[in-house]
Amino acid sequence: MEMRSLVRSIYMTEKLHGYVEKLKQKNGEWVVSVFEGHGEVTVIVPRSEIVEICSYLKQEHGFDMLADLCGCDRGPEEDPRFEVNYHLFSTIHYSRLRLKVLLSEDEPNVPTVSTLWKTANWHERETYDLLGVIFDGHPDLRRILLPSDFDGHALRKDYPLRGYEPYSLNRFWILDFGF
Amino acid sequence: MGLEDKLFESLPDVVTVRLDAIVNWARKSSLWPATFGLACCAIEMMNTVSARNDLSRFGAETFRASPRQADVMIVSGRVSRKMAPVLRRIYDQMPEPKWVISMGACATSGGVFDNYAIVQGVDKVIPVDIYVPGCPPRPEMLVHAIMMLQDKIMKESVLDRRDTYHPEARKSQVPGTLPVTEGTALERETETEVAAGETSRPYSVPSKHEKRRSS
Amino acid sequence: MSTLVQDIQQIGVLDQSLESEMTLSMGPQHPSTHGVLRLDLKLDGELVINVIPDIGYLHTGMEKLFEYKKYQQGIVITDRMDYLNPLGNNLAYVMAAEKLLDLEIPERAQVIRVLMCELQRIASHMVWLGTSALDLGAMSIFFFCFRQREKILNLIEAASGGRMTPSYFRIGGLMMDLPAGFERRVKQFMEDFPEALDTFETLATGNTIWQSRTKGIGVINREEAINWGLTGPSLRASGVELDLRKHNPYTGYEQYDFDIPTETDGDVWARFRVRMRELYESHKIVRQSLERLKPGPTKADAPKIVLPDRDDMRKHMDSLIHHFLIVAEGFNIPPGEVYMPIEASKGELGVYMKSNGGPKPERVHFRGPSFVNLAALPVMCQGEMIADVVAIIGSLDIVLGEIDR
Repeated sequence: MEMRSLVRSIYMTEKLHGYVEKLKQKNGEWVVSVFEGHGEVTVIVPRSEIVEICSYLKQEHGFDMLADLCGCDRGPEEDPRFEVNYHLFSTIHYSRLRLKVLLSEDEPNVPTVSTLWKTANWHERETYDLLGVIFDGHPDLRRILLPSDFDGHALRKDYPLRGYEPYSLNRFWILDFGF
Repeated sequence: MGLEDKLFESLPDVVTVRLDAIVNWARKSSLWPATFGLACCAIEMMNTVSARNDLSRFGAETFRASPRQADVMIVSGRVSRKMAPVLRRIYDQMPEPKWVISMGACATSGGVFDNYAIVQGVDKVIPVDIYVPGCPPRPEMLVHAIMMLQDKIMKESVLDRRDTYHPEARKSQVPGTLPVTEGTALERETETEVAAGETSRPYSVPSKHEKRRSS
Repeated sequence: MSTLVQDIQQIGVLDQSLESEMTLSMGPQHPSTHGVLRLDLKLDGELVINVIPDIGYLHTGMEKLFEYKKYQQGIVITDRMDYLNPLGNNLAYVMAAEKLLDLEIPERAQVIRVLMCELQRIASHMVWLGTSALDLGAMSIFFFCFRQREKILNLIEAASGGRMTPSYFRIGGLMMDLPAGFERRVKQFMEDFPEALDTFETLATGNTIWQSRTKGIGVINREEAINWGLTGPSLRASGVELDLRKHNPYTGYEQYDFDIPTETDGDVWARFRVRMRELYESHKIVRQSLERLKPGPTKADAPKIVLPDRDDMRKHMDSLIHHFLIVAEGFNIPPGEVYMPIEASKGELGVYMKSNGGPKPERVHFRGPSFVNLAALPVMCQGEMIADVVAIIGSLDIVLGEIDR
């Protein structure tokens, strides 16, 4: 049984590498590097081209659903500090491909894909809310989970787990202790 | 023939009884909880009403959607910082007499979620009468909590529960609680009071609930 | 003259105010929003022009918390995420870690996982049916549903010790094997359940009021559904045959014989029918998994990852050391990242897990099906009556714990 799943995963990655080859043929600059692991293929793509790449994959290769979009903070000491992962899924051939965009801390901007998939709207708002990644061209980029007056971005590695003082009490605490 | 006949044979027409006893008995026998489902515990709260743990045996099955009609607020689940002002407002909208059951570990102490998003215990926002441990508590535990609350109600005095308008009571809060609402006029008022040096801890003005007897 | 003009002007103003858009805030404390969802409804009379969902009232910071917990501690947090389907959450999280570790799970553990997950799916659908019927005013279904759910919760409690927060699946297998007599109890439940299903069909499906409240309400077509990323029963009701149990199989689901119920209308009625037919399919899978249940180990052969049995700990020094190390220091997972999607009761539940080689994950992201399905609520609600919004929310089967995380 395990053998069967192994064979299937190899077959799946071969199929996925086919899509990566197609991407390379279409435009050589679109694929920065490719990783493979655990039966999944990750393509690192330049951030300015993400909309074109997604559009190409959606139109030509049947990746018609954006299963997930999530950000990740690698830590304040890393240079491309943020990454945004696009998990594409096809309801036609049922394969999954991960696109990854790397962003620096100074310029955490990436074009929005909510023009292609409406589901990206909330995913991008969540990523903006928790990580502070800015999606250029997003129709309604505001906080979604945390209150609008929240200070900072909670999922960044330099944000403490317990947060700062309860933010609605901040100024009162300062007055109370006299500093 | 019935019970009434027997009673009137043996009892006089007039019975004297303490006002507290009769009022509290009436209050405890028909507690109307507010439908305030937050998280996992809300499902167990629904379970408490449904067939197996029939909460109407204890007169508390009438869940009211409007806080204006409710007596008991069952805070069932974790209270996030975004929800805390809403919770406080709903509590303020409930008429006296009102009681609060903090259901589950998250509402009681934050539970496993000791982080930036969760209020570490709902008693930082509103006064709590009964704490129910468990994550989530079994329906039987909620039934037990309601029975304990009924015992507590029997020990109260009617005088503590006047629903008269005290301006100072509306502004006041329980020690160590968060401000009532965030960014509202009330907070701005307290802020000016602090600046004027009238109160040192604006979030800990004694509440009228502190005057209550703690059973 | 002048007074007359004034009157006309006043009437004009009144007319304008009646015809203009009205905003109604629904929630966060509302009995039929299934939690602490807040909706900003833009209304024209009773007609819904737009709905703006406002979420985050149950934001728990779970994704942050995962980064501070060891891998095995994270399982406890997943229970509280989608609290109607905790075993599904456990499974997704655990399988993501297992995928990173390339761990092989014994046959019996996989069968038990399927068995428990399908029981949990039935329990989750019971809450959906009960509460969505309650929203539409059908009170008695609620009691029938919770009666059935209670039986399943008893089964889950017998196996794991917890009713709603089982944490039964562990990385590398199960917490422990099924208790004695469990199969008999499941069989007993399985024999009684079709009768309950008939009751639901009579109470809901055959009910003309129910039909008129649900048919043609909240329609979303196939293309829109895919574009909005709907998954699970909500997508299948729009005519897309997609079930990850069949199309991206996991835990040996490919060996089970079951159908994918689909409908084409994409309305509340279609979503209701899909979920009802899913109950029959789950029933079928549970029966098959009971037949597949053969004696064998329930934990993977990986002593540095899986907690040893209690008996071994008393007899062998090695087991005691392993137990201590796993509990005190955790286990390292080699660097890498995976996305593990499973078919939870509400749709595709995906876990994106990234490891940096230590005992704690660098990032765990949950793609909650409710989160994505709720985003499509405005499309379904536009042009409907305000009373139908409640029916549409009920048909989406959202759980706020998973949306806000």
